[in-house]
Amino acid sequence: MAADNGDDDYQNRIKEGDYVVLKRGQIFKAVQIQQKKKVIFEKQWFYLDNAVGQLYNTTFEIASGGILQPQKVEDAESSFDSKEAGTDNRNIVDDGKSQKLTRDDIETLKEQGLKGQEIIQQLIENSSTFRDKTGYAQDKYIKRKKKKYENTVAILKPSCRIMALMYHGREPGKICHLRYDTLAQMLTLANIHAGSKVLVFETCAGLVLGAVMERMGGYGSVIQMYPGGGPLRAGVESFGFPAHFHDMLHDFPICHVNALLAGTMDTTAKDHATDEKQYNMAAEKGQNQPEGEQQGNPEEQSMETGDNPLQDQEKIEEEKRREARAQDKKMKLEEKRRKLAAAAALLEGRNADGLVIASRFHPCPVLLGLLKFLAPSRPFVVYSQYRETLIECYTKLKEQGGTVNIQLTDTWLRHYQVLPNRTHPLLLMSGGGGYVLSGTTVAVDHSKPAGSQQAEEPAPKRQKVKDTEG
Amino acid sequence: MSFVEYSDFIQDGDVAIVYLSHSSVMPVKVQHGAQTQTRYGVIRHSTDLIGKRYGSKVTCSKGGWVHVLHPTPELWTVALPHRTQILYTTDIATITMMLELKPGSVVCESGTGSGSLSHAILRTIAPTGHLHTVEFHQQRAEKVAEEFKEHRVDHLVTVRNQDVCKDGFGVTGVADAVFLDIPSPWEAVGHAKAALKKHGGRVCSFSPCIEQVQRTCEVLAEQGFEEISTLEVLLRVHDVRTISLPLPDFGPESGASENAPPNNTSVTLKTITPPREMPGHTGYLTFATKPRT
Repeated sequence: MAADNGDDDYQNRIKEGDYVVLKRGQIFKAVQIQQKKKVIFEKQWFYLDNAVGQLYNTTFEIASGGILQPQKVEDAESSFDSKEAGTDNRNIVDDGKSQKLTRDDIETLKEQGLKGQEIIQQLIENSSTFRDKTGYAQDKYIKRKKKKYENTVAILKPSCRIMALMYHGREPGKICHLRYDTLAQMLTLANIHAGSKVLVFETCAGLVLGAVMERMGGYGSVIQMYPGGGPLRAGVESFGFPAHFHDMLHDFPICHVNALLAGTMDTTAKDHATDEKQYNMAAEKGQNQPEGEQQGNPEEQSMETGDNPLQDQEKIEEEKRREARAQDKKMKLEEKRRKLAAAAALLEGRNADGLVIASRFHPCPVLLGLLKFLAPSRPFVVYSQYRETLIECYTKLKEQGGTVNIQLTDTWLRHYQVLPNRTHPLLLMSGGGGYVLSGTTVAVDHSKPAGSQQAEEPAPKRQKVKDTEG
Repeated sequence: MSFVEYSDFIQDGDVAIVYLSHSSVMPVKVQHGAQTQTRYGVIRHSTDLIGKRYGSKVTCSKGGWVHVLHPTPELWTVALPHRTQILYTTDIATITMMLELKPGSVVCESGTGSGSLSHAILRTIAPTGHLHTVEFHQQRAEKVAEEFKEHRVDHLVTVRNQDVCKDGFGVTGVADAVFLDIPSPWEAVGHAKAALKKHGGRVCSFSPCIEQVQRTCEVLAEQGFEEISTLEVLLRVHDVRTISLPLPDFGPESGASENAPPNNTSVTLKTITPPREMPGHTGYLTFATKPRT
């Protein structure tokens, strides 16, 4: 279709500077395309230069010297015709001697530049037991060898799905062990959609923030509430969003939350104090530098002492530079102040549409503090690695009222191998993906006491253990 | 009000969600002069709903109260009138992320059924995407089209009453993602491939039976799809409970005085307990990627 062709040449081709994801099997790695920069992935070094201009989703072979070459279609569809196969393994003895090629032999083959496929073919021919294996066992053998000797890497466009899989597989500690399906639940339960105003508090390297931004498509606004000195969102860059997406992203330091809620936050005076301090520091820096230069360089010094006009000229130049630096600093601080004021303005109305929390901080105080910014009838989701923290949140929410439909859940995830006559769940599965507390805000009713008029679940009758509803 | 955009106040013609409790959620078409019966009494739309803020507490005629919430696809899934077995939020959330849906995505879906997944897709692809949904049952197709209109999302969706296995989705080369929830998905794989954009896209098939999954995976592989992956996801709900456990009395400890104060007879703690039964299976989700064709 016409629209499709227009996409082809630009949107789907890899460009220098693009943020991409390298993939081999189930292993992912996020990198940026930079010319002449060596990249390491799965114990192999290579350059991404040849990827520029190619289409996304292309699989490349890593040739000698670390050069990428697009994999030819015929190579990709390799098949190993096994003419013979056995019926079962009753006579196959595993003595470790069935493979005639030694490690050195294989290394030699690799050095000769044999492709992965060819190496596997050699391994099959030199295996005394291969033809006795059943057809299924032969398939399994080939698959294992392919995983070991294949020399390919695919280059993908980043997406929430790929980033979530990558972080969970590579660095789960960085994302509080948030499993990708748990993240999926959170995005849906929080009703993240274009045009809304969402608050995010996360310490997941920016994965959660990036996921929210992707689901908003650049429409609406996202306010990252951050602890400490500055917002941490390295992961957001790896999503490769178009520049205008960053216009919808704001940030706000939580150390100002109480002041903002109390109405005592001044987005002008406070920053003047910081302004002045930084301004003076900059001026001092400017003053110290030229002196340092003069002291450190005896040659220059001896030249200058005898030449007054030159010294004056240098002083004037130095003054100009110092002024320029100070001006620059001033502009940056003004920009910072302006952004803070803009974020505060978005929060002040207490009419945010959604709240997403996923951090290593105790979620209870975070939730209770940030819930105040939500309009009534809006969803919130809180993620925690640990159930106890969410039990506390649940209890506090029930006590203070103002929320309904509160649920504490986690998801159970299992992958399957689907092959003819060999379909079964995989042998290993995820032990856990974290817990989620979700709910919806309601208008706070000050006239009646908080608490449901009906127990969410009635006390069971005739129990040996005395059971009361929390 | 719309299912893809929030508003603050309830208006005549809106579809609002009346929340009584977690297991009791009902949709209400707000109309001047209309009334809605609940177990706590009557809700009079003109006085109790219209003009009120979403999220307000509404006291019903018998004295009990409910909350009126802004509709979301998640609340709709729990509240909607079933015409078929539906997909629940857990599967919907997984599908949304694994199909890489986002604003602007073009999606093809079949069968539409009761529209549970459809509403979630529309919410995610708005305002610039489009959903082409195919339902072979005429009444169901008409009913869901009506709902899309009432929910103010009809501009984002096209409903086609046809058989996807024979006639496809009605469009070709435009979709970023295709979703199949039909008895014989392997018969629609070819149409899915045709509907997807030339440069590639994602496909998902939902099937309750493993035999269906096997046939579908085979055809997906034959048709050149890559990254074929089957999984299942189940929701575990945890009930927060305060429980009191009695402590055993082993008698007074030796050396303790006769007038020692009695020990505590029980300990109270907060914990989570599992429900007696939980959903053990909904369906298998099979995902795949169509490479460039």
